[in-house]
Amino acid sequence: MNIIVCIKQILDPEIPARDFRVDGAKRQAERGSANLVTNIFCENALETALQVRDAHGGKITVVTCGGVEAEEVLRKALALKADEAVLLESPIENPDPLFVARTLAAGIRKLEPFDVVLVGREAGDWGAGQTGGLLAEELSTPCIAFAESFAPGTEPGRLQVKRQTDNGWEGFESSTPLVITITNHDKNVPRIPKTRDVMQSYRKPLTKWPLAELGIDVDSNGGYSHIADLFVPVKETHCEFLSGDTLEAKVDALAERLAGIIRSI
Amino acid sequence: MPDVVACLWGRAGMDRAAQGLLGAGRRLAESLGEKLHAVVVGPVDPAAVEAARTAADKVVLVEDELLAEYNAENYLAALTAVCGQLAPRAVLLGNDVYSQELTARLAHRLGGSAAGDAVDVAIADGQLRATRGVYGGKATAVIALAKTPAVVWIRARAMAPAPARAPGEVELLSLGLAQDSRVSLISSHADAKEGVRLEEARLIVSGGRGLGGPGPFEQLQALAAAMGAQMAASRAACDAGWVPASWQVGQTGKKVAPELYLAVAISGASQHIMGIADSKVICAINRDPDAPIFKHCRFGLVEDYQKVIGPLTAKLGQHA
Ligand SMILES: Cc1cc2nc3c(=O)[nH]c(=O)nc-3n(C[C@H](O)[C@H](O)[C@H](O)COP(=O)(O)OP(=O)(O)OC[C@H]3O[C@@H](n4cnc5c(N)ncnc54)[C@H](O)[C@@H]3O)c2cc1C
Repeated sequence: MNIIVCIKQILDPEIPARDFRVDGAKRQAERGSANLVTNIFCENALETALQVRDAHGGKITVVTCGGVEAEEVLRKALALKADEAVLLESPIENPDPLFVARTLAAGIRKLEPFDVVLVGREAGDWGAGQTGGLLAEELSTPCIAFAESFAPGTEPGRLQVKRQTDNGWEGFESSTPLVITITNHDKNVPRIPKTRDVMQSYRKPLTKWPLAELGIDVDSNGGYSHIADLFVPVKETHCEFLSGDTLEAKVDALAERLAGIIRSI
Repeated sequence: MPDVVACLWGRAGMDRAAQGLLGAGRRLAESLGEKLHAVVVGPVDPAAVEAARTAADKVVLVEDELLAEYNAENYLAALTAVCGQLAPRAVLLGNDVYSQELTARLAHRLGGSAAGDAVDVAIADGQLRATRGVYGGKATAVIALAKTPAVVWIRARAMAPAPARAPGEVELLSLGLAQDSRVSLISSHADAKEGVRLEEARLIVSGGRGLGGPGPFEQLQALAAAMGAQMAASRAACDAGWVPASWQVGQTGKKVAPELYLAVAISGASQHIMGIADSKVICAINRDPDAPIFKHCRFGLVEDYQKVIGPLTAKLGQHA
């Protein structure tokens, strides 16, 4: 099976709120001392792909769209044993969702044939959650969102996909090619690369395609949407810490407060 | 020509999400001095249609046997056809899985632009602007949608319903959809969970990674039962497989808006807060006084949950 996994490099979402600043003029977060990391849902997507390849064979190509620093997330994917890596070199810092989807679609078309394209359900920075859907439209394939796993279907050229819903899950069977957006699940918690594989990943080849080679016009960014404002909201809530001389007194105080609210509704 | 279309799923009925969606749609339509149409897709509950009539100027029912069960490709084809005909300036959807799945694709097919997880929508400089949390809830962005229609899924559950008015007309639309045979639903499963849905719950007890395993979640469930509350969890607890993924609350989980949210052994990462910020009262039990969750709490207890849950359950059981 030919699997393409789209991954995105983002500012580490685990940085504490107190260290987080935005550059209002540039309308993006300040890098500060934060690391750049692979978006967690993209890691879930790669893990899902690795499991399918391990079980059924095939090839995994990871693709990202970004500047030179984005090479790092491709190296990490290679360390995790992705077979090939492609950087779609883009100078744009805050691309709009359609621009990203068009760029990825152009890169993916150069990689044809493929059976399935995986993307994370959304990114931990802008969280737009549009790449998968727009990519499917650009590639004219169906799309299944919020999947936790997939496997070969009942006949060649078909896949079975299990996805999360608001109250459980749904199973679909789809023809290929197909775009799937991957969400987190206890079965796709990303594996950690071995140190030796990390070192070796720097020796593996990495393909780079500039936008011009993909026929993408840099000026088309922003035609879909743009950030009109970005700010850190101020919200101060004062927490009353319940106290008491004994544990029992504290629990009583908590029970009283909770019971009061329960009675009032 | 309507300027605002709100898309509802027939099967969901007139729940809080549908009411909030129509409320948001009505406010946006009024600010534009235009009309609100509700488009109801899939099998329909007549009581829900009656309720929708009092919020929208017109209710368009899209019924087709291909829409009997949800299938993204068929639902997308139906929405594209209806919204294409109505040619609105804005299309609003709710914050359920189906809406989230379809929003960007619908925008693409209609030649518009999309945004998601909006907590507010408004018009400025002739463009629709969606306000939403970004960087895991650490910042707020206002996104200007350059192309029309603007297709936006919003956090409808937290929004006020539209005030009742004279009922609008109902139109039944038959589209004669062509079957998309590429994708078919082959199985589905609903997690066993008693009582009302989490998004509609007025009392929620939620557990985090600090509970350390599935066992303590059973204890927490006893507390929830004593309170008459629904259970939820942080992503870390769901990822660990202690509880089903459908319990997850947060940026990428459910967005809840209860009267009371009790967080037990949850640190309060910004991504978690994004799902609970609309709660009336947030309260936490955490042994770390510096846990960020307390910054969002009305009141809290700094303690080891293991010492608290048993006696608290007993106490609240007496009150009940
Ligand atoms: C893109 C993205 C999306 C995300 N979406 C979500 C989401 O939707 N929902 C979500 O919840 N998270 C989400 N996260 C993850 C989030 O950042 C946190 O990692 C997660 O919420 C942490 O869960 P937790 O608070 O249960 O665990 P921890 O952060 O490990 O906190 C455990 C807490 O338990 C306390 N504790 C430990 N032992 C005890 C004890 N005996 N008694 C009392 N207290 C104790 C500790 O003091 C600590 O505060 C997302 C992250 C990313 C990057």
